[in-house]
Amino acid sequence: MMTSPVLEVRGLKKHFPARHGLLGRGDAWVKAVDGVDFAIDAGETLGLIGESGCGKTTTSRLILLQETPTAGAIAFAGRDIAGLEGRELMTYRRAVQVVFQDPFSSLSPRMRVHDIIGEPLEIHTDLSRAAIRERVDEVLELVGLQPDVAPLFPHEFSGGQRQRIAIARALATDTRLIVLDEPVSALDVSVRAQIINQLEHLQRTLGVSYLFIGHDLATVAHISHRIAVMYLGKIVESADSDTLCARPMHPYTRALFAAALPSHPDDPPRERPIAGEVPSALSVPSGCRFHPRCPSAMPICSEVEPVLRPRDDNGQVACHLYP
Amino acid sequence: MIPVLEVAELQTHFFTFGGTRVVKAVDRVSFSLHEGETLGLVGESGSGKTTTCLSIVGLLPRAARIVGGSVVFEGEDLTRKSQRELRRIRGRRIAVILQDPMASLNPLFTIGRQVAEPAFFHQRLRGRSLRERVQQLLRAVRIPSPERRMGDYPHEMSGGMRQRIVGAIALAGGPRVVIADEPTTNLDVTIQAQYLDLLKDIQRATGVALIFVTHNLGIVAKMCDRVAVMYAGQIIEQAPVRELFDHPGHPYTRALLGSVPKLGSKEPLYSIAGQPPNLANLPAGCPFHPRCPEAVPRCKTEEPRDVRLGIASIARCWLVDDDVTRS
Repeated sequence: MMTSPVLEVRGLKKHFPARHGLLGRGDAWVKAVDGVDFAIDAGETLGLIGESGCGKTTTSRLILLQETPTAGAIAFAGRDIAGLEGRELMTYRRAVQVVFQDPFSSLSPRMRVHDIIGEPLEIHTDLSRAAIRERVDEVLELVGLQPDVAPLFPHEFSGGQRQRIAIARALATDTRLIVLDEPVSALDVSVRAQIINQLEHLQRTLGVSYLFIGHDLATVAHISHRIAVMYLGKIVESADSDTLCARPMHPYTRALFAAALPSHPDDPPRERPIAGEVPSALSVPSGCRFHPRCPSAMPICSEVEPVLRPRDDNGQVACHLYP
Repeated sequence: MIPVLEVAELQTHFFTFGGTRVVKAVDRVSFSLHEGETLGLVGESGSGKTTTCLSIVGLLPRAARIVGGSVVFEGEDLTRKSQRELRRIRGRRIAVILQDPMASLNPLFTIGRQVAEPAFFHQRLRGRSLRERVQQLLRAVRIPSPERRMGDYPHEMSGGMRQRIVGAIALAGGPRVVIADEPTTNLDVTIQAQYLDLLKDIQRATGVALIFVTHNLGIVAKMCDRVAVMYAGQIIEQAPVRELFDHPGHPYTRALLGSVPKLGSKEPLYSIAGQPPNLANLPAGCPFHPRCPEAVPRCKTEEPRDVRLGIASIARCWLVDDDVTRS
């Protein structure tokens, strides 16, 4: 049976105008997202990995309708979300939710837990107060909290518990996709595993899809079925998580693996990490965006921008080394 | 060999509410550090890692006081020194690198001037020799074209470069000990890898001893020779890095090692129940017992003592204690 993916992104671009000089004249654009394609199936986790400024957060903001794309389309269950209005728009907003990195700033300190989780239900459903209460209790239990915490305020919880509340809020409506923007980076190490296990468990029981945004390779690889690696607004490589870990092909992906920290002091030393830093998105290098830092750069790399081609196993890679 | 730095039974308490409430932020912490060695101080937020470091250099906030123990550096007890005496040691013999380089750098001064400061005060360098020293330091932390970058302000540099500038300032006095408190937390992964490699190269070249404060066990595996694991203000286990990864003695260390995702493995993560304790309200007995899967009745009532596990390994746990006593 062919089912359409929950979310499909095609040729997505977002360019921000950048003002130059005293009078703000000049035509410069920050190409935060510059032609990105991916799809997420039901019950699947897509990991989006990259360093700061690679466009992963802008991509998530486009999906969450916090920005309008410069070009390209986002389709939800086969329908372009750009044209959604009224009821259909509400359905989309209900189905796609977000959990942010910092649970200390993403929860209102002046609202009680049951109001935090109940708010999306009040906006999106005709449920009675009692039914909302019931649903709040239900999702609290889903994320491993006792229903009797509902009348408390966020400050009465630890970081990990707050992140559970944020996840409960994201699950309260009939959620199909949750954008997880670095959901464990702000948490203590011993608490991260709790949240990751909880997210995996919720996906198995509810079939919800995740877009997991992160910069820690080991964490992203652990939770994701597929991984897309972003560099300066473009996806440079994507593949099944296992395939990518076993055989990263793009030199930038390889650089990320080289920079990954060992899990044991006797792990063989990795390749020397690449030099240099991510260039400004205002002056994107010609040809392949990665060529100034690439240890395997060839003359063609500074002239022709490589396109994504299928890898020989699965997934895609955009690099002149693999024509 | 005599250690460069020896911390013994250090206790630092915070006194709040007019001294009516006491928080034991550092509780009987002991370790020693040799030349060219890297000690990892690992723990979660509130475990006392940073307070331990601030106690060593005498930069504690006003509410905190060292109430016991000693910090012997080059044969002298730093806890008995006045701030005036400490100022001559800090920045010269012991240097500190903090997490956020933007908070360590003054936005109003050029980086050249800030890197020059320790050499100006401590080594009394002036004029051309001062300029040359600054350029040499900037080259040591791999700042390209130092002659030109000296005139830049911190905001004109990237995060990775700023942290390297802070590194240059730390090295300026030719220190024997550098305390690095989570120096790479705000950096991107490829920049973090560059920075860690740079610190290692500098250590190899100068023989400086490093205390590396982190919550990241990957950094420990990459950088450290010895590890001290902190929990609730105490070092609950201390061992050479391979010992610790291969034979963790304390249940908390085991749990911590199991809870970190390993690259390429989809095995479910070991998850520690609960969260790190509140230091103002610690449980009786072993501070880890409410979260410990192996706790026995004794753990709830009696504080465990340090037990020697191997030649250089120590753990503070009743289970380990019983094992060792039995054998």
